[in-house]
Amino acid sequence: MTTVHIPFLQTGTLAVGGRLLEDEERSVQSQADRPSSLTKGHRACQGCAEALAARWVMDTAVEAADDKLIVANATGCLEVFSTLYPESAWKPPWIHSVFANAAAVATGIAASLHAQGRDDIRVLAQGGDGGTVDIGLAAVSGMFERNDDVLYVCYDNQGYMNTGVQRSSATPTSARTATTPAVGCQPGAPVGQGKSMPKIAMAHEIPYVATATVADLRDLEHKVRTAMSIHGARYLHVLVPCPLGWGASSAESIRLSRAAVQSGIFPVIESRAGELTDVQPIRQRMDVEEYLRPQARFAHLFKPGGEDALDRWRAMAERNIRHYDLLGERS
Amino acid sequence: MTGHDAPPTHGLSTGPATSLAYHTGTWRTERPVYVELSPPCSLACPSGEDIRGWLGSTQEGAPGFEAAWRRLVSANPFPAVMGRICYHPCQASCNRGELDEEVGINAVERFLGDTALAEGWELPAPTTETGRRVLVVGSGPAGLSAAYQLRMLGHSVLVREAAGEPGGMMRYGIPAYRLPREVLAQEISRIERTGVVIECEAPVTDLDAAQREFDAVVLTMGAGVAHHVDIPAGAASKIVDAIDVLRDVASGRPPLVGRRVAVYGGGNTAMDAARTARRLGAQDAVVVYRRTQEQMPAHPTELQDAIGEGVRVQWLSTISQVEGQTLTIERMELDEEGRPHGTGEFEELDADTVMLAVGQDADLTLLENVPDIHVSDGVVQVDPTTLMTGRDGVFAAGDVSPGSRTATYAIGRGARAAKAVDAYLAARVIPAEPAPREATYDRMTSWYYSDAPKQHRGELEAARRVTGFEEVLTGLDAEHAVFEARRCMSCGSCFECDNCFGMCPDDAIRKLGPGMRYEIDYDYCKGCGICAEECPCGAIDMIPEVK
Ligand SMILES: Cc1cc2nc3c(=O)[nH]c(=O)nc-3n(C[C@H](O)[C@H](O)[C@H](O)COP(=O)(O)OP(=O)(O)OC[C@H]3O[C@@H](n4cnc5c(N)ncnc54)[C@H](O)[C@@H]3O)c2cc1C
Ligand SMILES: Cc1ncc(C[n+]2csc(CCOP(=O)(O)OP(=O)(O)O)c2C)c(N)n1
Ligand code: SF4
Ligand code: SF4
Ligand SMILES: [Mg+2]
Repeated sequence: MTTVHIPFLQTGTLAVGGRLLEDEERSVQSQADRPSSLTKGHRACQGCAEALAARWVMDTAVEAADDKLIVANATGCLEVFSTLYPESAWKPPWIHSVFANAAAVATGIAASLHAQGRDDIRVLAQGGDGGTVDIGLAAVSGMFERNDDVLYVCYDNQGYMNTGVQRSSATPTSARTATTPAVGCQPGAPVGQGKSMPKIAMAHEIPYVATATVADLRDLEHKVRTAMSIHGARYLHVLVPCPLGWGASSAESIRLSRAAVQSGIFPVIESRAGELTDVQPIRQRMDVEEYLRPQARFAHLFKPGGEDALDRWRAMAERNIRHYDLLGERS
Repeated sequence: MTGHDAPPTHGLSTGPATSLAYHTGTWRTERPVYVELSPPCSLACPSGEDIRGWLGSTQEGAPGFEAAWRRLVSANPFPAVMGRICYHPCQASCNRGELDEEVGINAVERFLGDTALAEGWELPAPTTETGRRVLVVGSGPAGLSAAYQLRMLGHSVLVREAAGEPGGMMRYGIPAYRLPREVLAQEISRIERTGVVIECEAPVTDLDAAQREFDAVVLTMGAGVAHHVDIPAGAASKIVDAIDVLRDVASGRPPLVGRRVAVYGGGNTAMDAARTARRLGAQDAVVVYRRTQEQMPAHPTELQDAIGEGVRVQWLSTISQVEGQTLTIERMELDEEGRPHGTGEFEELDADTVMLAVGQDADLTLLENVPDIHVSDGVVQVDPTTLMTGRDGVFAAGDVSPGSRTATYAIGRGARAAKAVDAYLAARVIPAEPAPREATYDRMTSWYYSDAPKQHRGELEAARRVTGFEEVLTGLDAEHAVFEARRCMSCGSCFECDNCFGMCPDDAIRKLGPGMRYEIDYDYCKGCGICAEECPCGAIDMIPEVK
């Protein structure tokens, strides 16, 4: 939950900034001289939320680390669109690992810095959902289990987008991907498969686990800052709509994130040492349709025969709302 | 090594080459452009105030109040008056009404008006003197607005007023419990201090003579003559015109009305007459109206306030006869077109006084021997753009000319007449204004506005109201006025929330600093449309890219 509370000033906490804010109330992204760690000229698609989230995360981490930050990046869109040899869009020291081992590379960097007595230099690892939840899970889990001093950030666009939108184990049920076409009696990604990386991270009982979206900048900045104030293994899972892979308009990346949260589909939470410590309540209840309908990967849910799948989505939202008390009924 | 564009303070590395070399702007099929649209509030304001602009300055708190007031009085020199009596059509159109409740624009206007009077802020002095002389006939809101705007344009202005004091209906019609006279007097004398000269007890009776003396004449004689209906009445019956009662009260000569008063009519004058009757001691004040509540021309708040003070309304009723203290009332019914017809059913009602409030006419004796000024429907006809009458150099505005009969409309038309006179004196044509583009609610992303309930103005308790002419509605204090101003969503005009700057995935927007807004770097903008989509106030358009 957002702790920077902006009192009512025409807009409130949800806008990036505001002319009536005091300096100390300003988000990093509202500053004219923000680091812009991921700078212009990168080749992300129009409206790519992964590019946006990466700048938000990195800028906050760079400020929190007093510019002393090293980044390890798994293979995936984020790496490919930002670094076309010899050009780089990254300003912080940044190293490309391979698809599976960003966590292991980051662990090595942290160990080496420690050996050199440079614990002041902080380490961040990042990758897509494929590189985190699937092929990279062993390295990530090992990093958690050893409580290595690394902040690992997963940008979850719910598929292997860089290689052409294949299903990952973070792809939600019914979603159409290149490998789960919308055909047959259960079109799209199979029901009952997939895993929740935030829950897996929590099960490791590491010091800090959080989820965030590009629909709430201040919440995301707050979580990065909190994570950076802690040493040991930390995990941040950011939902990042992918206009290409989701079949949505490039202008809607933030709106879709908002709908994901406000419908109860994507719980925004914080956890410490395995325990759930905070949940962002729903501000304006939305139906799952507001989230699903603008996405072509769910188009079959709105055709005859899609009713069951749609009901399953509603049930998923209801379950989250109950489980995480997203309507604040129990608190 | 090429440099990055951020200052080097972050101690960041630069690679062998940077992505800045690659201009992603070439991908674009649509480009975002900042636009400035007209908000519905201003489009609905008959005085043409830049409401969004002065609310914006008010949002800054005390340091912004004077700037806010200055923006306001550039269109309307009567904020303390209008902050009390305007029926605020702006609020009925305010986009915030779609979100929770409309912005209390009128209450903030009054706050600024009262603050200016308390602080002694003066209207600006004209920057030039043209030496041209303009006569304004009548000192109601239309006349004084025209006089003020003409003065700002450097002309010397004389206002001739028939009555003993200036202000027109603001002085002699609208009761003091809605508009305290010292507030009006202060705002009028502030206009006089700009150099406008007002002569009272100086009725204009000869238009030709006036035209010989002045370079232009503006007619703002209002509509101060009671309209008459024929009601068969006996000699002993006391039937008076409501407008005369109000004038007498305003002149310090309150008449005796008795215990039971019937008011005939359904407009604002009827409401004020009934409320005044209660204050003059009538225990029973009944408004008799031919039609239904939905059809009533009186503003709903006026009706509400009257009922709150114990005024009764007899709907679908006409007075068919008055005999002594007994009125014969005929019940009416509506036909399919909503027109009232008599039913032949009668009842009786006792009243010591009957006040007629069935409309007002313009006093056009001045124009009786002026054939080239065309009068129809009881009002002076004017060119809709220039407000010039049929006679060269003679203009008309306010209640004496066509249009809605409210003070705010009179002020707007007065200002328009002033601009037209200015153009006439310089032998210029008024340039055609481009049709405004409205900032409609569907352009807005209301998600970003905080939940904020409207700050309501306090009201004097009903029991205390009917015992005197004390002002009914109280004002907002500074804290609440600022809060209310901040509820404004700045429809269609960038208020620097930083959303576009913060949310561009391509880092393609530059923030130019306080008050300077932003600039899009089209070398890198890919045209995704996020900035336009997430702009709270709809101030970014996406337009097709043309090769
Ligand atoms: C009881 C009542 C309540 C009202 N309440 C409201 C309200 O709450 N809000 C609102 O917006 N509007 C209200 N109105 C309407 C509003 O007062 C008028 O629309 C407005 O005053 C019209 O302005 P004006 O300048 O055209 O005319 P007026 O205000 O009527 O002024 C005309 C002036 O011209 C003078 N004059 C006339 N002939 C001559 C002459 N030959 N020589 C010199 N002077 C002359 C008159 O003496 C008068 O002072 C109310 C009206 C009435 C009657
Ligand atoms: C060992 C290995 N297998 C396959 C690939 C091909 N590959 C590159 S990126 C990628 C998918 C990346 O998906 P994800 O991690 O979710 O990131 P995204 O592109 O969606 O942001 C794959 C399969 C590879 N680089 N290495
Ligand atoms: S929110 Fe503000 S700009 Fe928009 S209509 Fe209301 S007062 Fe005008
Ligand atoms: S968000 Fe950035 S890239 Fe997208 S249209 Fe706006 S300026 Fe262009
Ligand atoms: Mg992915």
